[in-house]
Amino acid sequence: MTPEEILSTNRRGFLKSAGMLMVGFTARALAPNADAQTSNAAAPYPEPDYHQLDSWIVIHENNTAVFYVGKTDCGQGTGTSFRQLMSDELDIAFDQTSCIMGSTDNTVDQGGSGGSTAMERDSWPMRHAAAEARRVLMEMGARRLGVPVEELAVQNAVIRLKADPSRSVTYGELIAGKKFNVTLTGANVNAVTGMAKVKTVQELKYTGQPIERADIPAKVDGSLKWAVGVKLPGMVHARNIKPPFAGAKLTGVDESSVKNLPGFVKVMRKGNYLAVVCEREEQAIHAARQLKATWEKPATPPFPASEDLFDYMRAATPTSASNPQVVGNPDTAFAGAATVIEAEYQVPFQGHTAIAGAHATADPSNGQMTIYSNDMKSYGMRRGVATFLGMAPEKVRVVWMEGPQGYGRTAADDAGCEAAWIARELGRPVRVQWMRDEETAWDTKSPAFLVKMRGGLDRKGDLAAYDYNARSCDYNHVGYNEPDTVLIAQLMGSRRARPAAGSSATPSDMYAIPNRRMAGEVVGLPLVWETPLRTGNLRDPNGPQSTFAAESFIDELAAAAKADPLEFRLKMLSAATNDDTGFHRARSIAALKAVAEKYGWDARTSPQSGSQSAARRDILTGRGIAYSFRGQTVVAQIAEVEVNRQTGHVWAKRLVCAHDCGLVVNPQSLQRTIEGAMLHALSRAIHEEVQFNTEKVTSVDWISHPTLRHSDVPESIEIVLVNGDPNPNRPDLRPYGGGEAACKPMLAAIANAIFDATGVRLRRVPFRDARVLAALKAAHG
Amino acid sequence: MSNFRLKVNGKTLDVNADPSTPLLYVLRNDLGLEGPKFGCGLGQCGACTVIINGAAVRSCILPASAVHSEVTTLEGLSVAGKLHPLQQAWIDEQVPQCGFCQNGQIMTAKALLDKIPHPTDAQIRESMNSTLCRCMTYYRVQSAIKRAAQTLAECGPANGKEVAA
Repeated sequence: MTPEEILSTNRRGFLKSAGMLMVGFTARALAPNADAQTSNAAAPYPEPDYHQLDSWIVIHENNTAVFYVGKTDCGQGTGTSFRQLMSDELDIAFDQTSCIMGSTDNTVDQGGSGGSTAMERDSWPMRHAAAEARRVLMEMGARRLGVPVEELAVQNAVIRLKADPSRSVTYGELIAGKKFNVTLTGANVNAVTGMAKVKTVQELKYTGQPIERADIPAKVDGSLKWAVGVKLPGMVHARNIKPPFAGAKLTGVDESSVKNLPGFVKVMRKGNYLAVVCEREEQAIHAARQLKATWEKPATPPFPASEDLFDYMRAATPTSASNPQVVGNPDTAFAGAATVIEAEYQVPFQGHTAIAGAHATADPSNGQMTIYSNDMKSYGMRRGVATFLGMAPEKVRVVWMEGPQGYGRTAADDAGCEAAWIARELGRPVRVQWMRDEETAWDTKSPAFLVKMRGGLDRKGDLAAYDYNARSCDYNHVGYNEPDTVLIAQLMGSRRARPAAGSSATPSDMYAIPNRRMAGEVVGLPLVWETPLRTGNLRDPNGPQSTFAAESFIDELAAAAKADPLEFRLKMLSAATNDDTGFHRARSIAALKAVAEKYGWDARTSPQSGSQSAARRDILTGRGIAYSFRGQTVVAQIAEVEVNRQTGHVWAKRLVCAHDCGLVVNPQSLQRTIEGAMLHALSRAIHEEVQFNTEKVTSVDWISHPTLRHSDVPESIEIVLVNGDPNPNRPDLRPYGGGEAACKPMLAAIANAIFDATGVRLRRVPFRDARVLAALKAAHG
Repeated sequence: MSNFRLKVNGKTLDVNADPSTPLLYVLRNDLGLEGPKFGCGLGQCGACTVIINGAAVRSCILPASAVHSEVTTLEGLSVAGKLHPLQQAWIDEQVPQCGFCQNGQIMTAKALLDKIPHPTDAQIRESMNSTLCRCMTYYRVQSAIKRAAQTLAECGPANGKEVAA
């Protein structure tokens, strides 16, 4: 066994029994809170104290280190990257380390994952803790060897006398079996630090290396234990029965329709929440389909049909509006503009639609509640479940395990609260999993956006006036496992006084536009609670929508100005003279130039004219560029598409991306993450839309909410990792976010490429064949 | 409930379940083989794929009692303790993101390469087209299939790294 496996066995015992996985908890000699937790019966489960060095790092006798971090992984391999940074700071070989993540009773609360913060924010206290551990161990080594610290050197967790390398002591010899008992400082978990300084970029050895992800082998040989596979003694299976109409009221349940079915345990009902429990999984699925219930439709339609959504949004009274950001005097500038163009862009609701439904297993043994879950915000789930059930938080723990990703879906996980409630009612361990139709129809949705844009060009073709006005359908945006916003709580009748306001978004704003106004509004749907059109955060919650509008419109302005789209952008970025603290302007220019160079961009206006291949008359080819930033990360992308003018089919043949997220911790896993993010956004550009009528969501599977497939994949994806910092070798260069930024520009890059190929501007996502064909026919007859 | 017998990954196993139970639940819940995953229960996504008679089959819609030939799951791909070249290629290409669908990607690719050792790009796209991934690892999946095809041609089926204990 590898150290990682041994350690994980010590920490979280996976006991194989009769060919089945049983999860048990065994003694953890040196873990944080070890004294309090020696078995499943032990409680409470207090949060590890982030001010204790022992909460972050444990070093074992065999000179290996285990890092405990309060993060979960959505599949980008962040655990491996944390190990790279922490191994560097601790001066231990990467292969001698392992990483435990995201379980509330043995890792500090760093919030789980979200917002692409893993490297940018959360690796910072980890690095400081590891640096402090090194400092303390060096002092211990100095005492052991009887020399001042200055006379020592450390490599691979072995401290040696510089003058006499034969005299040495290992970290394990110094600390194994003992605690550091070192108190760290810092106002909050993100600011945790000891006395030691972190290393300079130039001193980092593993950071920057394309080290293979530690989680991948078990994902390809079938040995990984997933949250979905947890089995507990006496466990039963539950399946939900969702309202057949949005906003329906449950008026009756005929238990006789299921009580004689094999394995039947119980019907669970409270308010409009309805579930059935059986001994075996397939029995629960069958019983949920057989259960007869009567539902009363709401008096008024819960929402408009999806084809009427944008008319509805246009006419709706906003529930909130942001203060406009105004530069210069836009009204005067529009009045004096030589050319004014206007456009409206539309992005529909799009689903998280994880490859598998929400799931969790809850164990109510010993008056406590343990939840096995893939919730990306496990700490939030713990608090949410505790409040929902009225339990003390220290009696609840969430054990995070890997699961199918929905890129934000599990931030608002529903199954954990469901499993915990049923488990407490029954007094038995319960496993809940959502079925496909349930997940697609009722998961959280990315908010729909309607964006109105107006631009005024002066006589030279420069952008003199600009107006961006976004309306998002985001009222009552779902929070992170809040006990009154998870679906089960809503179905049970819970209503908070004031629904979450939701938000719209403004686009990246480094272009030097002398007169500019940007504003956002939020609108709501008639049905606010218990709705399948609940909005939640999907991989940069508003960025793809706002950037689709903003970067498409910049292309429209470039075309109106008869300018090359790249040069039009660069001119507006270069026109500013003062840079900002994040060097966004300089780094934007660097990213745009890098992507253009990689692609082989030649300056010309769009749409292209006359050079289409005569041999493939039905295929029109075009290229499109778009760029944006998210936080400190800057991304520029170029898409090359083929549009079939007979079918309307769009194929992104080539995608090129320049990506600047500062210090790169693992270039290989970053590149894979960027590829996934780009293709996820491509899927949103050409396929994804939640459809509904005036009674319910009708997107229920992979036909009615289609996704990208193998046949859609580009022939080539090329990624350039850029460091556009004005001082690229700065010793304190920080890593910025890598998970979401690459989603932002893609929708606009595809739309701009379609325009370049066909001369037709598509302003409504997704660009499905029928919509593209209709637009081509409308333009060309 | 009734008793029936399944041959899975070289072993013959007795099962007691309702005959209509989809093979997927028997594999996962009775036999502890959790490579195949529940994704849709509709045969649309491929996460549950196993191999029967050389074909990639969706175990979520196949009654277990109707299976009379040997079933191979992801756990059964390794040969003599070595990863199958496809699994090794998946590591070498660093294919997975979350990894949940990868059982279906690998098993569908296995059935493809068993039938067509050197597939063209078009054959790969067509054969894999109904095997879905919401992390969108398709580009790397396709690279890994080509890499594995090369390895299989050069070295045969048992040349991966040792399977983890």
